[in-house]
Amino acid sequence: MDLHVIWFILIAVLFSGFFFLEGFDYGVGTLLPFLGKNDAERRAIINTIGPVWDANEVWMITAGGAIFAAFPQWYATLFSGFYLALFLMLLALILRGVSFEYRSKKEDLGWRQAWDWAIFFGSFTPALLWGVAIANLIRGVPIDAHMQYTGTFWTLLNPYGLLGGIAAVAIFIMHGANFLNIKLEGELAERARGVANLWWWVAVVAVVLFVYGLFVYTGYTSKGFLAILVPLIAALALLAVRFLEGSARFWSGAVAIILAVVSVFIGLFPNVMPSTLNPDWSLTIYNASASDYTLGVMTVVALIFTPLVLLYQGWTYWVFRGRVRVGEGGY
Amino acid sequence: MTEVALARLQFATTTTFHFFFVPLTLGLAILVAVMETLYVTRGDEKYKRMTKFWGHLFLINFAIGVATGLVQEFQFGMNWSEYSRFMGDIFGVPLAIEALLAFFMESTFIGVWVFSWDKLPKNLHAALIWLVALGSNLSAFWILAANSFMQHPTGYTIQNGRAVLTSFGAVATNPNVFFQFGHVFFAGLSTAAFVIMAVSAWHLLRNHEVPEFASSMKIGVIAALIGSVLVATVGHFQTQYLIHEQPMKFAAMEAVWEDTGSPAPWSLFAIIDENRQENPVNIEIPYLGSLLSYNKFSGSITGMKTIQKEYEAKYGPGNYIPPVKWTYWSFRVMVTIGGLMLLLALWGLALWGRFETSRAFLVSAIWMAASPFIANSTGWWVAEIGRQPWIVQGLLKTADAVTPGSVVPASMVLLTLVGFNLLYLVLGIIDLGLMIKFAQRSMAESAEEEGALVY
Repeated sequence: MDLHVIWFILIAVLFSGFFFLEGFDYGVGTLLPFLGKNDAERRAIINTIGPVWDANEVWMITAGGAIFAAFPQWYATLFSGFYLALFLMLLALILRGVSFEYRSKKEDLGWRQAWDWAIFFGSFTPALLWGVAIANLIRGVPIDAHMQYTGTFWTLLNPYGLLGGIAAVAIFIMHGANFLNIKLEGELAERARGVANLWWWVAVVAVVLFVYGLFVYTGYTSKGFLAILVPLIAALALLAVRFLEGSARFWSGAVAIILAVVSVFIGLFPNVMPSTLNPDWSLTIYNASASDYTLGVMTVVALIFTPLVLLYQGWTYWVFRGRVRVGEGGY
Repeated sequence: MTEVALARLQFATTTTFHFFFVPLTLGLAILVAVMETLYVTRGDEKYKRMTKFWGHLFLINFAIGVATGLVQEFQFGMNWSEYSRFMGDIFGVPLAIEALLAFFMESTFIGVWVFSWDKLPKNLHAALIWLVALGSNLSAFWILAANSFMQHPTGYTIQNGRAVLTSFGAVATNPNVFFQFGHVFFAGLSTAAFVIMAVSAWHLLRNHEVPEFASSMKIGVIAALIGSVLVATVGHFQTQYLIHEQPMKFAAMEAVWEDTGSPAPWSLFAIIDENRQENPVNIEIPYLGSLLSYNKFSGSITGMKTIQKEYEAKYGPGNYIPPVKWTYWSFRVMVTIGGLMLLLALWGLALWGRFETSRAFLVSAIWMAASPFIANSTGWWVAEIGRQPWIVQGLLKTADAVTPGSVVPASMVLLTLVGFNLLYLVLGIIDLGLMIKFAQRSMAESAEEEGALVY
């Protein structure tokens, strides 16, 4: 198989894992100040993702590194082009990273509340911006003949970009609430379920509109029957969330997120960054890629280490498979 | 300021800030792992209290190191897109391997380690912190492999104006990376050792939990000895390697403008005039330059002016001399501090087992806490500033590597420069405050906290 295609698929896999895992982390972080009524509850909420959030974030870092290695032109155009968006995201992620560690380091309630809001900001912002970024990848952005982005930060905030942001935030909040529903106990878990049901409505509306845009912008219907089946199953899985309970409900949302990411990548293929100025100027898996030798080396590395990572990361979820109890620290 | 200058300042500040915390992570992971291993093998609760106490400091430091590392991964694309296009084929590989092999390992197992004190068997729990230590140090290896290519390109060819990888093996076994990684590894060990020594000294001066802190001091002194001897040894050979691979950097480190005769002296203190390309004042020790460069009392050092002429012939007109004052003084500060660190470690060895009897030693240990951090930063400056004007030695100049101004104008670079630095300043102050607060706590207090209640 074509190495370019393999790496396009591998990056889709990394983004699927990233949105599935960090999706509930972002959702949990966004809900934290609203769902937790007191410090003990908020502590329990954070502890549901405490042992795993850091490793989940590595999915994003690895996706970034993989884009750099496999498609350096994509990496260069994307991160220089979406400059301010990425800057805001990095500020948010830095703040979030230290917040989890710092909040418990003083008994003072004001100190803790400040860090809780930092966790909110640090989770909400990247969720929103990743939605905006993905929608703009689908829609295409102005790229000139030299692979340089010619738009500004405001170019990204078009209606479809904003819709993508709302869709991502809504589905991640729903996903996070479903995660809390199966990781917490009693009334707090019940409250999380209520939040999931509420945000399910927003997610359904936003995601349906988002997928409609995907079809329009990428000419999705021409991609064949199997391709159309993917967003269809994603939509069904999302619809099913409302009617399922417990872990089935969580996994149904997870399937919806993963297949939505897969749909986005099917829609993009073989482009990685379509140009709105001239289709010939689009970045594709061929003109943006590293050499075949580099792709080959990276394929060997990925084939050895990805299963290993999945194995030990899976083990951590098994170790922390129980529910977290408010006031007891759980696990 | 131009876009290039702003982008450089941004890279310099964010990298220095990141690298301020990283060596402590690298070394402390290992020493905490040693303590937990002692707990498992000896079954003495003292070592468990030590593991938890130093583990807390490790985690506070780890968090900020990881968070600031995010910027490192993405700013190559943001501010240095032309570098990324030129180098992606090569640079992306170690970076992606670093993420896949090292970041996953350290971040996964640190999460489990923190939360599983009462959930997992003791030896498995100790194995987790060893995996964190392995992951962190592997991450250092791979990012330094990437940096080594920038210092000494290997395993590549130039095609259509871009560097293309021809041998992954040559990139991963670049001789430069073994010097750089060795130097950083032992610098990390020294950093952790001096932090442990300083904090232990503070407690010993106050007669707090003497058995625990005396044991910690022993571990600190051993690590400080190993670290500071080997960091200097590796550094010595690393510098000799520079004579062949980066003679300009080496000449700038020594502020040698004209070729020296043989034997070459070593400059102890120089006032450097970079415009007139001379040193109006230069206090030198005879023979030492040759001895350090060639391990013998003869041999000359090629001056910057000679190398400048060679480079002009080879690469065309331009200024190939790096900022000499920065390079020269960064190197001297690093070496001086390294020497002081070695002396303190030897003093600790002389006082073995009765540290609390020497108030002078304990006070010195506290004062030396900042020294490894200064040495780490200045050392990194030598490596990076000394390579200028190149971003990739001999292949790409820093000025040609920056994102085009049409995509990212200077005003935006300024905005993000100020933004990152303000956030870093605030976080740095908070982090330092927390480190001091937790360093001054008692071990008993530290051990009381249940694993799962950390947040």
